[in-house]
Amino acid sequence: MKTTPLTARHRALGAKMVDYAGFEMPVQYSGLVDEHLTVRSKVGIFDLTHMGEFELTGPGALDTINMVASNDASTLQVGEIQYTCLTNERGGIIDDILVYRTEQGFLLVVNAANTAKDYAWIEQHLKPATQLVDRSPELTLIAIQGPKSAALVEEVLDLSVADLKNYTFMEPSYKGVNVLLSRTGYTGEDGFELYFPNSFAEELWDAFLNQGEKYGVKPIGLGARDTLRLEARMPLYGNDIDEDTTPLEAGLGRFVKLQKDFIGREVLLKQKEEGVQRKLVAFTMVDKGIPRQGYPILTLDGQQIGAVTSGTHSPSLDHPIGMGYVPVDSAKPETEIQVQIRKKLARAKIIKGRFLT
Amino acid sequence: MSEKLLYTKEHEWVLVKGNIVRVGISDYAQNELGDIVFVDLPSVGDVVEEGEGFAVLESVKAVSDVYAPVSGKIVAVNEALDDSPELVNESPLEQGWIAEIEIDGPAQTGDLMNEQEYAEYLKGV
Repeated sequence: MKTTPLTARHRALGAKMVDYAGFEMPVQYSGLVDEHLTVRSKVGIFDLTHMGEFELTGPGALDTINMVASNDASTLQVGEIQYTCLTNERGGIIDDILVYRTEQGFLLVVNAANTAKDYAWIEQHLKPATQLVDRSPELTLIAIQGPKSAALVEEVLDLSVADLKNYTFMEPSYKGVNVLLSRTGYTGEDGFELYFPNSFAEELWDAFLNQGEKYGVKPIGLGARDTLRLEARMPLYGNDIDEDTTPLEAGLGRFVKLQKDFIGREVLLKQKEEGVQRKLVAFTMVDKGIPRQGYPILTLDGQQIGAVTSGTHSPSLDHPIGMGYVPVDSAKPETEIQVQIRKKLARAKIIKGRFLT
Repeated sequence: MSEKLLYTKEHEWVLVKGNIVRVGISDYAQNELGDIVFVDLPSVGDVVEEGEGFAVLESVKAVSDVYAPVSGKIVAVNEALDDSPELVNESPLEQGWIAEIEIDGPAQTGDLMNEQEYAEYLKGV
Protein backbone atom coordinates (compact mmCIF):
# COMPACT_ATOMS: atom_id res chain seq x y z
CA MET A 1 0.00 0.00 0.00
CA LYS A 2 1.21 3.53 -0.76
CA THR A 3 1.75 6.01 2.03
CA THR A 4 1.90 9.81 2.03
CA PRO A 5 4.61 12.00 3.56
CA LEU A 6 2.15 12.47 6.46
CA THR A 7 1.37 8.83 7.23
CA ALA A 8 3.64 8.82 10.31
CA ARG A 9 1.87 11.95 11.58
CA HIS A 10 -1.55 10.29 11.22
CA ARG A 11 -0.40 7.23 13.12
CA ALA A 12 1.10 9.39 15.87
CA LEU A 13 -2.22 11.25 16.15
CA GLY A 14 -3.94 7.92 16.73
CA ALA A 15 -5.85 7.87 13.45
CA LYS A 16 -7.68 4.79 12.30
CA MET A 17 -6.05 3.99 8.97
CA VAL A 18 -7.73 2.37 5.98
CA ASP A 19 -6.86 1.41 2.43
CA TYR A 20 -8.32 4.04 0.12
CA ALA A 21 -7.51 3.89 -3.58
CA GLY A 22 -4.33 2.01 -2.78
CA PHE A 23 -3.18 4.52 -0.16
CA GLU A 24 -3.02 4.02 3.57
CA MET A 25 -5.17 6.98 4.66
CA PRO A 26 -6.70 8.24 7.94
CA VAL A 27 -10.44 7.59 8.05
CA GLN A 28 -10.91 9.18 11.47
CA TYR A 29 -8.97 10.66 14.38
CA SER A 30 -11.08 12.00 17.27
CA GLY A 31 -14.31 10.58 15.85
CA LEU A 32 -16.29 11.21 12.69
CA VAL A 33 -19.05 13.36 14.20
CA ASP A 34 -16.63 15.48 16.22
CA GLU A 35 -14.43 16.03 13.16
CA HIS A 36 -17.41 16.86 10.97
CA LEU A 37 -18.77 19.45 13.40
CA THR A 38 -15.28 20.94 13.84
CA VAL A 39 -15.15 21.73 10.12
CA ARG A 40 -18.64 23.24 10.21
CA SER A 41 -17.94 25.45 13.22
CA LYS A 42 -14.15 25.99 13.34
CA VAL A 43 -11.46 24.60 11.05
CA GLY A 44 -10.08 21.22 10.09
CA ILE A 45 -7.07 20.04 8.12
CA PHE A 46 -7.07 17.09 5.74
CA ASP A 47 -4.26 15.13 4.11
CA LEU A 48 -5.42 14.67 0.50
CA THR A 49 -2.08 13.64 -0.95
CA HIS A 50 -3.73 10.59 -2.50
CA MET A 51 -5.35 12.87 -5.09
CA GLY A 52 -3.61 13.00 -8.47
CA GLU A 53 -2.09 16.09 -10.09
CA PHE A 54 -1.14 16.31 -13.78
CA GLU A 55 0.55 19.14 -15.61
CA LEU A 56 -0.65 19.73 -19.13
CA THR A 57 1.54 22.12 -21.11
CA GLY A 58 2.54 23.08 -24.62
CA PRO A 59 0.75 24.77 -27.54
CA GLY A 60 -1.87 21.98 -27.72
CA ALA A 61 -2.74 22.00 -24.01
CA LEU A 62 -5.96 24.02 -24.30
CA ASP A 63 -7.24 21.98 -27.25
CA THR A 64 -6.44 18.79 -25.38
CA ILE A 65 -8.28 19.66 -22.19
CA ASN A 66 -11.20 21.05 -24.16
CA MET A 67 -11.47 17.80 -26.14
CA VAL A 68 -11.43 15.47 -23.12
CA ALA A 69 -13.51 17.58 -20.71
CA SER A 70 -17.07 18.92 -20.77
CA ASN A 71 -16.48 22.45 -19.47
CA ASP A 72 -14.82 25.18 -21.56
CA ALA A 73 -11.28 25.82 -20.36
CA SER A 74 -10.78 28.61 -22.94
CA THR A 75 -12.68 30.97 -20.64
CA LEU A 76 -10.14 30.51 -17.83
CA GLN A 77 -7.69 33.28 -17.00
CA VAL A 78 -4.39 32.45 -15.30
CA GLY A 79 -5.20 31.96 -11.62
CA GLU A 80 -8.71 30.64 -12.23
CA ILE A 81 -10.04 27.15 -11.64
CA GLN A 82 -12.97 25.25 -13.06
CA TYR A 83 -14.78 22.06 -12.18
CA THR A 84 -15.25 19.80 -15.18
CA CYS A 85 -15.97 16.19 -16.19
CA LEU A 86 -13.82 13.92 -18.32
CA THR A 87 -16.43 12.20 -20.49
CA ASN A 88 -16.37 9.06 -22.60
CA GLU A 89 -18.01 8.56 -26.03
CA ARG A 90 -21.29 7.67 -24.32
CA GLY A 91 -21.29 10.90 -22.35
CA GLY A 92 -20.50 8.95 -19.18
CA ILE A 93 -18.20 10.43 -16.57
CA ILE A 94 -14.64 9.07 -16.54
CA ASP A 95 -13.81 11.40 -13.67
CA ASP A 96 -14.77 14.75 -12.21
CA ILE A 97 -11.74 16.98 -11.89
CA LEU A 98 -10.49 20.49 -11.22
CA VAL A 99 -8.61 22.40 -13.92
CA TYR A 100 -6.22 25.14 -12.77
CA ARG A 101 -5.08 27.63 -15.42
CA THR A 102 -1.39 28.29 -14.77
CA GLU A 103 1.18 30.43 -16.57
CA GLN A 104 2.58 27.31 -18.22
CA GLY A 105 -0.71 25.61 -19.10
CA PHE A 106 -3.01 23.63 -16.87
CA LEU A 107 -2.85 21.68 -13.64
CA LEU A 108 -5.45 18.92 -13.47
CA VAL A 109 -6.47 17.56 -10.08
CA VAL A 110 -8.06 14.13 -10.31
CA ASN A 111 -9.60 11.57 -7.98
CA ALA A 112 -7.09 9.18 -6.40
CA ALA A 113 -8.80 6.02 -7.62
CA ASN A 114 -8.83 7.38 -11.18
CA THR A 115 -5.28 8.69 -11.48
CA ALA A 116 -3.94 5.91 -13.73
CA LYS A 117 -7.13 5.71 -15.79
CA ASP A 118 -7.30 9.48 -16.34
CA TYR A 119 -3.64 9.71 -17.24
CA ALA A 120 -3.99 6.99 -19.88
CA TRP A 121 -7.15 8.57 -21.29
CA ILE A 122 -5.71 12.07 -21.59
CA GLU A 123 -2.44 10.75 -22.98
CA GLN A 124 -4.38 8.87 -25.63
CA HIS A 125 -6.04 12.13 -26.69
CA LEU A 126 -3.05 14.46 -26.51
CA LYS A 127 -2.90 17.02 -29.31
CA PRO A 128 0.44 17.52 -31.05
CA ALA A 129 3.05 19.50 -29.13
CA THR A 130 1.46 18.82 -25.76
CA GLN A 131 3.10 17.41 -22.64
CA LEU A 132 1.31 15.54 -19.88
CA VAL A 133 3.29 15.01 -16.68
CA ASP A 134 2.08 13.23 -13.55
CA ARG A 135 3.22 15.37 -10.59
CA SER A 136 1.34 13.29 -8.00
CA PRO A 137 4.38 11.50 -6.53
CA GLU A 138 6.18 14.74 -5.66
CA LEU A 139 3.26 16.85 -4.38
CA THR A 140 1.61 16.90 -0.99
CA LEU A 141 -1.95 18.25 -0.76
CA ILE A 142 -3.44 19.58 2.46
CA ALA A 143 -6.96 21.01 2.66
CA ILE A 144 -7.81 23.61 5.30
CA GLN A 145 -11.59 23.89 5.60
CA GLY A 146 -14.04 25.68 7.84
CA PRO A 147 -15.10 29.19 8.91
CA LYS A 148 -11.71 29.82 10.56
CA SER A 149 -9.70 28.51 7.61
CA ALA A 150 -8.92 31.93 6.12
CA ALA A 151 -7.49 33.27 9.39
CA LEU A 152 -5.37 30.15 9.85
CA VAL A 153 -4.04 30.12 6.29
CA GLU A 154 -3.14 33.79 6.48
CA GLU A 155 -1.23 33.19 9.69
CA VAL A 156 0.69 30.08 8.65
CA LEU A 157 1.63 31.32 5.18
CA ASP A 158 1.99 34.97 6.19
CA LEU A 159 -0.19 36.39 3.43
CA SER A 160 -3.66 37.84 2.83
CA VAL A 161 -6.43 35.85 1.19
CA ALA A 162 -8.81 38.83 1.08
CA ASP A 163 -8.57 38.98 -2.71
CA LEU A 164 -8.50 35.23 -3.27
CA LYS A 165 -11.97 34.47 -4.63
CA ASN A 166 -13.61 31.06 -4.69
CA TYR A 167 -12.20 28.88 -7.45
CA THR A 168 -9.08 30.96 -7.88
CA PHE A 169 -5.53 30.31 -6.74
CA MET A 170 -2.29 32.08 -5.94
CA GLU A 171 1.30 30.86 -5.92
CA PRO A 172 2.91 32.27 -2.80
CA SER A 173 6.46 31.50 -1.83
CA TYR A 174 7.12 29.33 1.21
CA LYS A 175 10.77 29.27 2.29
CA GLY A 176 11.79 30.28 -1.19
CA VAL A 177 9.72 27.63 -2.95
CA ASN A 178 6.52 28.34 -4.88
CA VAL A 179 3.48 26.58 -3.49
CA LEU A 180 -0.07 26.64 -4.84
CA LEU A 181 -2.95 27.86 -2.68
CA SER A 182 -6.51 27.67 -4.00
CA ARG A 183 -9.83 28.67 -2.47
CA THR A 184 -11.51 25.37 -3.12
CA GLY A 185 -12.80 22.40 -1.19
CA TYR A 186 -15.20 19.54 -0.85
CA THR A 187 -17.00 20.40 2.36
CA GLY A 188 -19.45 23.21 1.60
CA GLU A 189 -17.46 25.53 3.89
CA ASP A 190 -15.06 28.31 3.08
CA GLY A 191 -11.75 26.59 2.58
CA PHE A 192 -8.40 26.19 0.90
CA GLU A 193 -6.28 23.54 -0.74
CA LEU A 194 -2.51 23.81 -0.59
CA TYR A 195 -0.18 21.93 -2.97
CA PHE A 196 3.54 21.87 -2.22
CA PRO A 197 6.67 19.68 -2.49
CA ASN A 198 6.69 16.60 -0.24
CA SER A 199 9.73 17.88 1.66
CA PHE A 200 7.57 20.49 3.46
CA ALA A 201 4.78 18.07 4.36
CA GLU A 202 5.44 17.49 8.04
CA GLU A 203 6.48 21.04 8.89
CA LEU A 204 3.43 22.58 7.20
CA TRP A 205 1.06 19.99 8.70
CA ASP A 206 2.53 20.72 12.14
CA ALA A 207 2.32 24.47 11.56
CA PHE A 208 -1.39 24.27 10.74
CA LEU A 209 -2.06 22.11 13.78
CA ASN A 210 0.04 24.19 16.17
CA GLN A 211 -0.95 27.66 14.99
CA GLY A 212 -4.55 26.51 14.61
CA GLU A 213 -4.85 25.44 18.21
CA LYS A 214 -6.42 28.75 19.23
CA TYR A 215 -9.05 28.30 16.50
CA GLY A 216 -9.82 24.77 17.64
CA VAL A 217 -8.28 23.10 14.59
CA LYS A 218 -8.44 19.31 14.32
CA PRO A 219 -7.15 16.79 11.78
CA ILE A 220 -10.04 15.40 9.72
CA GLY A 221 -10.28 11.93 8.21
CA LEU A 222 -11.90 10.60 5.06
CA GLY A 223 -15.01 9.59 7.01
CA ALA A 224 -15.95 13.18 7.81
CA ARG A 225 -14.84 14.28 4.35
CA ASP A 226 -17.57 12.03 2.97
CA THR A 227 -20.33 13.28 5.28
CA LEU A 228 -19.30 16.92 4.74
CA ARG A 229 -19.46 16.63 0.97
CA LEU A 230 -22.75 14.75 1.08
CA GLU A 231 -24.40 17.42 3.24
CA ALA A 232 -23.15 19.95 0.67
CA ARG A 233 -24.71 17.73 -2.02
CA MET A 234 -21.44 17.28 -3.86
CA PRO A 235 -21.22 14.04 -5.86
CA LEU A 236 -18.59 11.42 -5.05
CA TYR A 237 -17.01 9.65 -7.99
CA GLY A 238 -17.70 5.92 -7.85
CA ASN A 239 -20.85 6.46 -5.76
CA ASP A 240 -22.97 9.15 -7.36
CA ILE A 241 -21.29 9.46 -10.72
CA ASP A 242 -19.43 6.97 -12.89
CA GLU A 243 -18.87 5.94 -16.50
CA ASP A 244 -22.53 4.98 -16.89
CA THR A 245 -23.97 8.26 -15.63
CA THR A 246 -23.80 11.53 -17.52
CA PRO A 247 -23.16 15.02 -16.15
CA LEU A 248 -26.69 16.00 -17.23
CA GLU A 249 -28.26 13.16 -15.26
CA ALA A 250 -26.08 14.05 -12.28
CA GLY A 251 -27.23 17.68 -12.26
CA LEU A 252 -23.86 18.92 -13.47
CA GLY A 253 -25.24 20.56 -16.62
CA ARG A 254 -23.67 23.91 -15.86
CA PHE A 255 -20.26 22.28 -16.30
CA VAL A 256 -21.17 21.01 -19.79
CA LYS A 257 -20.57 23.44 -22.66
CA LEU A 258 -22.27 21.94 -25.71
CA GLN A 259 -21.28 24.81 -28.05
CA LYS A 260 -17.71 23.43 -28.19
CA ASP A 261 -16.57 20.01 -29.38
CA PHE A 262 -15.54 17.32 -26.90
CA ILE A 263 -15.72 13.56 -26.50
CA GLY A 264 -19.29 12.53 -25.77
CA ARG A 265 -20.77 15.84 -26.93
CA GLU A 266 -23.19 14.31 -29.47
CA VAL A 267 -24.72 11.99 -26.88
CA LEU A 268 -25.04 14.79 -24.36
CA LEU A 269 -26.51 17.16 -26.94
CA LYS A 270 -29.15 14.57 -27.79
CA GLN A 271 -29.80 13.94 -24.10
CA LYS A 272 -30.20 17.66 -23.50
CA GLU A 273 -32.62 18.06 -26.43
CA GLU A 274 -34.70 15.03 -25.53
CA GLY A 275 -34.44 15.55 -21.81
CA VAL A 276 -32.81 13.14 -19.37
CA GLN A 277 -34.64 9.96 -18.35
CA ARG A 278 -33.32 9.94 -14.80
CA LYS A 279 -31.87 12.41 -12.37
CA LEU A 280 -29.63 12.32 -9.34
CA VAL A 281 -31.80 13.57 -6.48
CA ALA A 282 -31.19 14.35 -2.85
CA PHE A 283 -33.61 13.19 -0.19
CA THR A 284 -34.13 13.21 3.55
CA MET A 285 -35.74 10.35 5.41
CA VAL A 286 -39.29 10.75 6.72
CA ASP A 287 -39.37 7.38 8.48
CA LYS A 288 -36.59 5.98 10.65
CA GLY A 289 -33.54 4.33 9.08
CA ILE A 290 -30.33 5.31 7.35
CA PRO A 291 -30.11 4.98 3.56
CA ARG A 292 -26.90 3.37 2.30
CA GLN A 293 -25.32 2.92 -1.11
CA GLY A 294 -27.10 0.23 -3.11
CA TYR A 295 -30.38 0.21 -1.17
CA PRO A 296 -33.36 0.10 -3.59
CA ILE A 297 -35.50 3.20 -4.11
CA LEU A 298 -39.21 2.57 -4.70
CA THR A 299 -42.31 4.59 -5.40
CA LEU A 300 -44.93 4.84 -2.66
CA ASP A 301 -46.86 2.02 -4.39
CA GLY A 302 -43.83 -0.24 -4.21
CA GLN A 303 -42.35 -0.11 -7.70
CA GLN A 304 -38.56 -0.14 -7.76
CA ILE A 305 -37.29 2.91 -9.62
CA GLY A 306 -33.67 3.31 -8.62
CA ALA A 307 -31.03 2.88 -5.99
CA VAL A 308 -29.29 4.93 -3.33
CA THR A 309 -25.85 6.13 -4.44
CA SER A 310 -24.80 7.82 -1.19
CA GLY A 311 -26.41 7.86 2.22
CA THR A 312 -25.52 8.63 5.78
CA HIS A 313 -26.73 10.03 9.05
CA SER A 314 -26.03 13.75 8.65
CA PRO A 315 -24.03 14.91 11.67
CA SER A 316 -25.07 18.55 11.22
CA LEU A 317 -28.78 17.82 10.88
CA ASP A 318 -28.72 14.74 13.14
CA HIS A 319 -30.97 13.19 10.50
CA PRO A 320 -30.53 10.56 7.76
CA ILE A 321 -29.99 11.85 4.23
CA GLY A 322 -29.15 10.38 0.86
CA MET A 323 -28.82 10.71 -2.89
CA GLY A 324 -29.80 8.43 -5.74
CA TYR A 325 -31.03 8.23 -9.30
CA VAL A 326 -34.78 8.18 -10.01
CA PRO A 327 -36.82 8.65 -13.21
CA VAL A 328 -37.60 12.31 -13.97
CA ASP A 329 -41.29 11.90 -13.16
CA SER A 330 -40.31 10.97 -9.58
CA ALA A 331 -37.55 13.54 -9.28
CA LYS A 332 -39.50 16.67 -8.39
CA PRO A 333 -38.80 18.26 -5.00
CA GLU A 334 -41.28 17.23 -2.30
CA THR A 335 -41.97 13.90 -4.05
CA GLU A 336 -42.21 11.07 -1.54
CA ILE A 337 -40.31 7.89 -2.31
CA GLN A 338 -39.41 4.79 -0.31
CA VAL A 339 -36.04 3.31 0.50
CA GLN A 340 -35.75 -0.38 1.24
CA ILE A 341 -33.66 -0.64 4.39
CA ARG A 342 -33.04 -4.33 5.00
CA LYS A 343 -36.55 -5.84 5.16
CA LYS A 344 -38.40 -2.59 5.78
CA LEU A 345 -39.61 0.16 3.50
CA ALA A 346 -39.00 3.65 4.84
CA ARG A 347 -40.44 6.83 3.36
CA ALA A 348 -38.18 9.65 2.20
CA LYS A 349 -38.79 13.03 0.61
CA ILE A 350 -36.90 14.56 -2.29
CA ILE A 351 -35.50 17.98 -1.50
CA LYS A 352 -34.47 20.96 -3.54
CA GLY A 353 -30.94 22.30 -3.20
CA ARG A 354 -28.50 21.51 -0.45
CA PHE A 355 -29.28 19.67 2.76
CA LEU A 356 -27.89 22.53 4.81
CA THR A 357 -29.49 25.93 4.45
CA MET B 1 -28.04 -20.43 37.71
CA SER B 2 -26.52 -17.19 38.96
CA GLU B 3 -26.23 -14.03 36.87
CA LYS B 4 -22.97 -13.84 34.97
CA LEU B 5 -21.63 -11.67 32.20
CA LEU B 6 -20.17 -13.61 29.28
CA TYR B 7 -18.75 -12.53 25.93
CA THR B 8 -18.86 -13.84 22.36
CA LYS B 9 -16.07 -13.68 19.82
CA GLU B 10 -18.23 -11.21 17.89
CA HIS B 11 -18.05 -8.84 20.89
CA GLU B 12 -21.58 -9.23 22.18
CA TRP B 13 -22.06 -9.64 25.90
CA VAL B 14 -24.59 -11.99 27.40
CA LEU B 15 -26.18 -11.83 30.82
CA VAL B 16 -27.87 -15.11 31.73
CA LYS B 17 -30.83 -14.86 34.13
CA GLY B 18 -32.44 -18.30 34.27
CA ASN B 19 -33.78 -18.97 30.79
CA ILE B 20 -33.67 -15.29 29.80
CA VAL B 21 -30.52 -14.00 28.14
CA ARG B 22 -29.93 -10.24 27.92
CA VAL B 23 -27.65 -9.19 25.04
CA GLY B 24 -25.62 -6.09 24.32
CA ILE B 25 -22.27 -5.20 22.78
CA SER B 26 -18.98 -4.86 24.60
CA ASP B 27 -17.21 -1.63 25.43
CA TYR B 28 -14.54 -2.62 22.92
CA ALA B 29 -17.19 -3.03 20.22
CA GLN B 30 -18.91 0.31 20.85
CA ASN B 31 -15.54 2.02 20.75
CA GLU B 32 -14.67 0.36 17.44
CA LEU B 33 -18.03 1.29 15.90
CA GLY B 34 -17.88 4.92 16.97
CA ASP B 35 -20.95 7.09 17.49
CA ILE B 36 -24.03 4.91 17.15
CA VAL B 37 -26.77 6.95 15.47
CA PHE B 38 -29.39 4.30 14.77
CA VAL B 39 -30.38 0.96 16.27
CA ASP B 40 -32.60 -1.34 14.25
CA LEU B 41 -34.21 -3.43 16.98
CA PRO B 42 -35.96 -6.77 16.48
CA SER B 43 -39.63 -7.17 17.38
CA VAL B 44 -40.81 -8.88 20.53
CA GLY B 45 -41.92 -12.36 19.49
CA ASP B 46 -39.30 -12.76 16.74
CA VAL B 47 -37.63 -16.16 16.78
CA VAL B 48 -33.87 -16.01 16.33
CA GLU B 49 -31.24 -18.63 15.59
CA GLU B 50 -27.84 -18.65 17.23
CA GLY B 51 -25.40 -16.82 14.97
CA GLU B 52 -28.14 -14.94 13.13
CA GLY B 53 -28.04 -11.14 12.89
CA PHE B 54 -31.01 -10.04 15.00
CA ALA B 55 -30.33 -6.32 15.45
CA VAL B 56 -28.38 -3.71 13.51
CA LEU B 57 -26.23 -0.92 14.89
CA GLU B 58 -25.38 1.95 12.61
CA SER B 59 -22.71 4.56 13.06
CA VAL B 60 -22.52 7.48 10.64
CA LYS B 61 -20.16 5.45 8.50
CA ALA B 62 -20.99 1.79 8.98
CA VAL B 63 -23.72 -0.78 9.42
CA SER B 64 -23.01 -3.64 11.85
CA ASP B 65 -25.03 -6.70 12.71
CA VAL B 66 -25.51 -7.91 16.26
CA TYR B 67 -25.52 -11.70 16.26
CA ALA B 68 -27.74 -13.82 18.47
CA PRO B 69 -25.52 -15.64 20.96
CA VAL B 70 -28.27 -18.20 21.60
CA SER B 71 -31.37 -19.49 19.82
CA GLY B 72 -34.74 -18.48 21.21
CA LYS B 73 -37.53 -15.94 21.19
CA ILE B 74 -37.15 -12.17 21.65
CA VAL B 75 -39.09 -11.30 24.79
CA ALA B 76 -37.93 -7.72 25.34
CA VAL B 77 -36.14 -4.98 23.42
CA ASN B 78 -34.55 -1.82 24.77
CA GLU B 79 -36.94 0.74 23.30
CA ALA B 80 -34.92 3.57 24.82
CA LEU B 81 -32.44 3.01 21.98
CA ASP B 82 -35.02 4.21 19.44
CA ASP B 83 -34.64 7.75 20.66
CA SER B 84 -31.25 7.48 22.33
CA PRO B 85 -29.00 5.18 20.30
CA GLU B 86 -26.01 6.87 21.94
CA LEU B 87 -26.73 4.82 25.09
CA VAL B 88 -24.89 1.98 23.36
CA ASN B 89 -21.75 4.13 23.44
CA GLU B 90 -22.31 5.73 26.80
CA SER B 91 -23.37 2.68 28.76
CA PRO B 92 -22.74 -0.42 26.65
CA LEU B 93 -23.05 -2.91 29.50
CA GLU B 94 -26.10 -1.44 31.22
CA GLN B 95 -28.42 1.16 29.70
CA GLY B 96 -27.24 0.22 26.22
CA TRP B 97 -28.54 -3.36 26.34
CA ILE B 98 -30.26 -4.39 23.12
CA ALA B 99 -32.68 -7.28 23.65
CA GLU B 100 -33.62 -10.23 25.82
CA ILE B 101 -33.93 -13.69 24.36
CA GLU B 102 -35.86 -16.51 26.03
CA ILE B 103 -34.25 -19.85 25.44
CA ASP B 104 -35.95 -23.23 25.42
CA GLY B 105 -33.65 -25.31 27.53
CA PRO B 106 -30.74 -24.33 29.76
CA ALA B 107 -28.35 -21.81 28.26
CA GLN B 108 -25.51 -23.40 26.31
CA THR B 109 -22.80 -20.96 27.28
CA GLY B 110 -19.84 -23.30 27.20
CA ASP B 111 -18.08 -21.56 24.32
CA LEU B 112 -18.63 -18.05 25.68
CA MET B 113 -15.84 -16.23 27.46
CA ASN B 114 -15.84 -14.75 30.95
CA GLU B 115 -14.50 -11.25 31.57
CA GLN B 116 -10.93 -12.42 32.03
CA GLU B 117 -10.95 -14.68 28.98
CA TYR B 118 -12.45 -11.90 26.88
CA ALA B 119 -9.74 -9.48 28.00
CA GLU B 120 -7.17 -12.05 26.86
CA TYR B 121 -9.05 -12.53 23.59
CA LEU B 122 -8.97 -8.76 22.90
CA LYS B 123 -5.20 -8.76 23.10
CA GLY B 124 -5.13 -10.96 20.03
CA VAL B 125 -7.72 -8.97 18.05
